[in-house]
Amino acid sequence: MAKKKSNSKKAPKTVIKKRSKRGANGVKTTNKLEGLAESVVDNAFGRREPAIDIPIRALSNVSFNPKTRYIEMGDRCQQRSLFNYGQAKRFMQTLLVASKCKELVDADKTASIRQIYYLAKHTIKGTKEKTFDGQDESDPVIEDLEVALEALREELHVFAGSKGALIGELTFVDSGDTIDATKLGSGGYAIPSIVEPSVIQFKKCKAEYVLHVEKDTVWRRFVEDRFWEKHRCILTHGGGQPSRGVRRMLYRMHDELKLPVVCLLDNDPWGYYIYSVIKQGSINLAFESSRMAVPNAQFIGVSSFDYERFDLTDDVKIELDANDIKRAKQILNYPWFAGKKPWEREIKQMIKNGFKMEVEALCSKNLTFVTDEYTPQRLKQRKSWLD
Amino acid sequence: MEDQPAGAVGLVSDITGLNDTNIKLEPQHSTSRTQETLTRTKASKVSKKKSRTPRASAESMAKQQREISISEFFARNRHLLGFDNKRKALLTSVKEAVDNALDACEEGGVFPEIYLEIKQLSEDRFRMTCRDNGPGIVKAQIPNIFGKLLYGSKFHRLKMSRGQQGIGISAAGMYGLITTGKPVSIISRTGKGKPAHHYKLAIDTKKNKPDIIADKTVEVPWEQGTEIEIEMVASFNKGRQGVAEYIELTAIANPHTTIVFKGPDKKVIEFLRNVDELPEQTEEIQPHPHGVELGVLMKMIKETDSKQLGAFLSSEFSRVSPRIAKEVCAKAGQTQRTWLQSIGPSDIEKIYNALQETKLRAPSTNCLAPIGAEAILNGLLKGIKAEFYTASTRPPAVYRGNPFQIEVGMAFGGQLGSLDASNGDDKSKQPTTARVIRFANRVPLLYQQSACCTFKSVVDTKWNKYGLSQSRSTLPQAPFVVLIHMASVWVPFTSESKEAIADYDEIRKEIKLGLSECGRRLGTYIRRKKKRSHFAQRRDVFHRYIHEIVESCRAMTVCNKDDLRDALSELAERATEAADMEFDDHGKIIAKRKGGDSEMDNTIVLDESDQAPPGQMQLFSNGDDAAPRKVKRAKKSKKTSTKPKKKSGKKVKKRK
Repeated sequence: MAKKKSNSKKAPKTVIKKRSKRGANGVKTTNKLEGLAESVVDNAFGRREPAIDIPIRALSNVSFNPKTRYIEMGDRCQQRSLFNYGQAKRFMQTLLVASKCKELVDADKTASIRQIYYLAKHTIKGTKEKTFDGQDESDPVIEDLEVALEALREELHVFAGSKGALIGELTFVDSGDTIDATKLGSGGYAIPSIVEPSVIQFKKCKAEYVLHVEKDTVWRRFVEDRFWEKHRCILTHGGGQPSRGVRRMLYRMHDELKLPVVCLLDNDPWGYYIYSVIKQGSINLAFESSRMAVPNAQFIGVSSFDYERFDLTDDVKIELDANDIKRAKQILNYPWFAGKKPWEREIKQMIKNGFKMEVEALCSKNLTFVTDEYTPQRLKQRKSWLD
Repeated sequence: MEDQPAGAVGLVSDITGLNDTNIKLEPQHSTSRTQETLTRTKASKVSKKKSRTPRASAESMAKQQREISISEFFARNRHLLGFDNKRKALLTSVKEAVDNALDACEEGGVFPEIYLEIKQLSEDRFRMTCRDNGPGIVKAQIPNIFGKLLYGSKFHRLKMSRGQQGIGISAAGMYGLITTGKPVSIISRTGKGKPAHHYKLAIDTKKNKPDIIADKTVEVPWEQGTEIEIEMVASFNKGRQGVAEYIELTAIANPHTTIVFKGPDKKVIEFLRNVDELPEQTEEIQPHPHGVELGVLMKMIKETDSKQLGAFLSSEFSRVSPRIAKEVCAKAGQTQRTWLQSIGPSDIEKIYNALQETKLRAPSTNCLAPIGAEAILNGLLKGIKAEFYTASTRPPAVYRGNPFQIEVGMAFGGQLGSLDASNGDDKSKQPTTARVIRFANRVPLLYQQSACCTFKSVVDTKWNKYGLSQSRSTLPQAPFVVLIHMASVWVPFTSESKEAIADYDEIRKEIKLGLSECGRRLGTYIRRKKKRSHFAQRRDVFHRYIHEIVESCRAMTVCNKDDLRDALSELAERATEAADMEFDDHGKIIAKRKGGDSEMDNTIVLDESDQAPPGQMQLFSNGDDAAPRKVKRAKKSKKTSTKPKKKSGKKVKKRK
């Protein structure tokens, strides 16, 4: 996950940078990149086959830490070697991306993951082969580098496209510009890929909690009805699976502003998993859980029991297919879901219902049902929230 | 009439229109099957008259009944000798002339040098000239040899030789005479100081006698040999089943021969001798009782000098000792002393059966002269441009009392094509189908391939296990040539036209064993080659990325680009050592593994650097920047690829 392609048209061409990002972190990253190259050179001169150790980013190499309540990455590594027929190209690509990151760090510029793809893509001398056949080859390499070097994406001066937006009772500074998030019209503030304290500093917060909704369309409903004003909250959305920028923002608001985070997501396995990523971190980016996961986040809906609870009609139903059921069972088996009785009931109820519900489906009652009745009621029914 | 072998009936009915004639033949030459059956027809006095004109009386018919000569018979039935059509007539003439020339040279102990020319005189008229450097022919014999059918030296003996019947060359001359009216021209010289005699001969078909048209002494630029010139109506076709293929195949099976061929297009093709040993002269053997038919036995009894049965058996047959002769006589209800004259037809049958039942030693095999695995390799090298050659000579075996020996040769790859192309990876190329080349006593067989025992054996072999692709019951789809040679004192042809070998179990078994022996070597080679190219491909990939890695490392840290490139290249070479076989061990892979690898005897692998993967060459040739190592490599591999293929690349490993 989080591998969503950023569209180059959408991505800002240059990042506004008024403050130099080359702090202590920048120097450190340069060292790490140099170290990577040095190990290859040393191995080569030492007549050893050069290889890079890359921690495995898969379910098999993550574990749920009950103390911290988020997913942590194990220490199992995969060796990526140049002289292995199956890995040679990946090895070359890793070094190539690393060298491009080094250039970015040295020049104090940032590039989107798609720009990295174009920076590193060229025809290999004397052949017709391209270094990268598509962005789906370069994106995982960037993630590999992050884990291998223990450097964050922003430390490598790479960002993804903005996805997700924010609006509500918050004032903050982004790259030197003060932004009052109550005065953002209908579009809100697009959460950038990098929201580190070096870029964004919080100033004033009147909100009592953060309400995260799944998609842009639902979020607009809430904005139009000025839900944030009535309920004194901050409204965010992640455009589906939230990007790292959105998650990091949620974390910072929770961590620095001490705001509780509640989620209003679709009643389907994908909605559950979005919640899980916000709360516990993702498998793929488990190495960043500690700075992104919000273990206290709560799931307020849509719940499988809401069909009866709110006396909904058949029109809200979308039938579950085999894929949904399979995914639901998979989620139920994740260690961080297992053993949580309410969740077990919730997921089992969905399978029993045989249908799933989108947040938008609540409009079948009336357009503002979700903002006028459903959400306020659910916010009061604390006991039926899911943890 | 009741003793008459079945074959005779068929033959008599062949003589269309002559059924009513009392067939009389000159009795002095009579051993071949054809001849024998004709003789027998005469002996049993064909008297059944199927009168088509009922009004004719015995007397009026007697007027028409007269002797026909063998020449006249064949003049009418020339298809029996391979002169069925214009195209085949030319080929058969060439075949007879070349076979005679080779036999003459070998018997005379000289390395054959044959010059053959086909000249087109008009649209369907050709002149064939064939000259050899053999011992020549004495003046008195020239008219008989070339002007008389069934006159020769190979006829009366059981010995491995090319021609067997002695009809060939005079039949060719007769064909020429019939179609063009031009006599045969022969020049022969028996030695340096001797005169060269020039004869022009026509055959008197009625009397089967030569008709000398011109006889003079001429000056010739060559020291010894015979030159024959026949003009005939014919047609010349290129490609398969043509004269050119015949010459090519003859050169393969006779690497001790130099053949120069000049076709109607005036192009000269030369096949030079590349073996310095003449085939061993074979010994003549007596017939083995198990290979003799009843009719032959009857004739032998009639013609023998022995007076008594025991003496006859032990002197006329091989592997029949006096003790065994006694045993046979007892079984047949006779004694060794029984006078041959007193033995009737039914007794002969008993003796025949007794002979077949008695256990006998297999016939001696010193009558066989195989080409030899090494000579086959040389022959294949000469005629077929491939990259892998192997050959094997089976030990002698016996079918129906006749000793025989099978030899198999294989050529694969090289200019025949690549395996990938035939596997359909390269869509632009048509898949190559394997080719079978067949020989009987060193004579190429061009027609009736699918009726031949050798072809059936090739098709029945499971080539998939030797790394070639093959659909059910077809030739494998591969750039591949299989050579099969059968050497025998009596090659069992399926028909008189001598085009396909009959399917005897014993022969089939030997062929299969030979094919699998060579097939295993081929399979080993193909597997090794695949492995090599596999590693070469890997190396190629590694080298391709090294440049990128060097550039990346240089961008991140301080290092010497050239040193790093060298270090990484060295590691890449080490990681793909197996591919080195292709770069510096051409063909030596096999030689290297002395001792343990006895199965790779008699195998040649040629330099295959010209088949290096194209990607690699491309990579090296584009090394425009500072990449001295790559340029060096490119030179190296170029050098190896321009090596003269045959001389430096090959390595023959000898048996023993």
